[in-house]
Amino acid sequence: MIGRALQYAILFLATLFFLLPVYLVIITAFKEPAAISLSTTWQPPERWYWESFSQAWTAFLPKLQNSFFLTVTATILSAMLGSLNGYVLAKWRFPGANIVFPLMLFGMFIPYQAVLIPLFQFIREIGLGGSLWGLILVHVVYGLPITTLIFRNYYAEIPDEMIEAGRIDGAGFFGIYSRIVFPLSVPGFVVVIIWQFTQIWNEFLFAVTLVSSPANQPITVALAQLAGGEAVKWNLPMAGALLAALPTLLVYIFLGRYFIRGLLAGSVKG
Amino acid sequence: MRWFKNKDTLYGFLVILPSLVLLGIFVYGFIFQTFYTSLTDWGRDPAQALSANPQIRFTGFENYRELFGGFVDARFRQDLFNTFYFTLFFILGCLGLGLTLAIVLDRGPKGEGFFRTVFLFPMSLSFIVTGTIWRWMLQPQGGVNQLPTLVGLPRGEFGWLTSREQIWQVSWNDLPFFTALVVGVVLAFVAAAAFRGGERRRGWIATGSAGLLLLWALTLGRTLQPLPFDEMHGFNLAFIGIILAAVWQMSGYTMALYLAGLRGIPEELREAARVDGASEWQLYLRVIFPLLAPITLSAMIILGHISLKIFDLIFAMAGPDNAPTDVPALLMYITTFRANQIAKGAAIGTILLLLVAAVIVPYLYSQLKSEVRR
Repeated sequence: MIGRALQYAILFLATLFFLLPVYLVIITAFKEPAAISLSTTWQPPERWYWESFSQAWTAFLPKLQNSFFLTVTATILSAMLGSLNGYVLAKWRFPGANIVFPLMLFGMFIPYQAVLIPLFQFIREIGLGGSLWGLILVHVVYGLPITTLIFRNYYAEIPDEMIEAGRIDGAGFFGIYSRIVFPLSVPGFVVVIIWQFTQIWNEFLFAVTLVSSPANQPITVALAQLAGGEAVKWNLPMAGALLAALPTLLVYIFLGRYFIRGLLAGSVKG
Repeated sequence: MRWFKNKDTLYGFLVILPSLVLLGIFVYGFIFQTFYTSLTDWGRDPAQALSANPQIRFTGFENYRELFGGFVDARFRQDLFNTFYFTLFFILGCLGLGLTLAIVLDRGPKGEGFFRTVFLFPMSLSFIVTGTIWRWMLQPQGGVNQLPTLVGLPRGEFGWLTSREQIWQVSWNDLPFFTALVVGVVLAFVAAAAFRGGERRRGWIATGSAGLLLLWALTLGRTLQPLPFDEMHGFNLAFIGIILAAVWQMSGYTMALYLAGLRGIPEELREAARVDGASEWQLYLRVIFPLLAPITLSAMIILGHISLKIFDLIFAMAGPDNAPTDVPALLMYITTFRANQIAKGAAIGTILLLLVAAVIVPYLYSQLKSEVRR
């Protein structure tokens, strides 16, 4: 009986720990700037004040649009390439594939600080400096290891007999992909797209170094700048944080199962 | 054509080739270029950094020598300590909380799905969002410090992100000695484990290395002095807040890993232990925890490489210029892009890569080796 009580006590305390910050964000975002003071931090607002959201929305709308464009484009491209790569590595192992695959995977663990300086120069030299397309290219390339890994593990489950049957029917590399493998790929694509969407939406280091012009900033950079400024009242950063969190949060709430699958796939074996 | 079994394998190779070329350039080419840059004097003189056609001279390992033993780079050395303590407590926190929550949830409480969602949702947030929220939580006169007043206690006074207090101070000059000591002891444990597992050759190699290291530490270890004076470094208390926020964000990940592991343990095994008269506590200690050991190792490696690279969270919580909460990943950014000391930034980036590679390469090797065996 004591075990039961302890169990619920732990759950209660942990829930408090995880949800207190959420409570604080919401009440702060709904307070009038003048009503925010450090000593009344935890009190709910006396009057619910919606203006912070319309202000944050106007300020952040262009950045949210940048983030959407960047995230959707890079996600789709890296998912398509990952699917083809995974198909090759799972079903058409060329000589040396055993060496190439770990070398590819290493790319997903490196600290990007170790490539940032040449990357910065490279993007500038090919004329994409400061634009969103440079950032898209970077996210597609550094997304290749994880998308390839997830698809490779996913396609490994497709029995070789099916591929063999396709060959007997006269289909080649592309025929088997388009008629047999691709139609079976929907769950794989869901996992990969959710994973990449979350990662790219939330990314900060590339965004803050490679995009110089404020007009092209993604939301994470804009939020960090807003919250980093000392003079700002806290209702605006909190409303902004909610807006920036909403897309990935919605994905998590409605497609959590697939999100977790991507999470566990990141620890390589899947 | 001779290299490929058939035409289709050749097509496969041609399809993956562009990705391989891109990764070859973006990962290995750029790493090599960063390393080369770190051996030059690019940015030592501000005018040279900003000129369109800089005259760059090769200076060998000068930047590394300065980082580890020069007067000006004390901040980098403190950053190494910061990363060490951050990694240690972040991993301990995530493993401890994640395992506790997974055990509780595995016992099937009411509302399990709700709790799981709550504990895991921070994983879907950006470190920037988390950082912004916790920056507000940890304001010196508000947030968490105000919580005691809600139950009538006096306000907390801890300066979460601004505290300059430092504990467990060690002189930088003692570091070679302590490092050799710790690695030597770890190797001794590896040797003991190898002997117990019957791998004699491995055991002797580990024993030999441990012996040599300990011998060196106890005889000559104190004579290697990188600096001519004692420079004290320790654990910055300002990091407690950062660790708290990082655990808040990532412990759901370890919970998910452990929960998957616990669900994979067959019920018969637990039953068998209970029939043998094991108490609930013994069941966990003798049966379940040993089965979770491989998960713990994977989680430590994944979390460890995340914590070595931590950048966005601290950027958003404390700003990039807050010295007490600095880490090498941030210092690299400031050194390169604010101070224009490009070569030194490249050196910090290379050191960071080596630290991460030391964790990740053995992991990838063992993961893929066991996969081939399957």
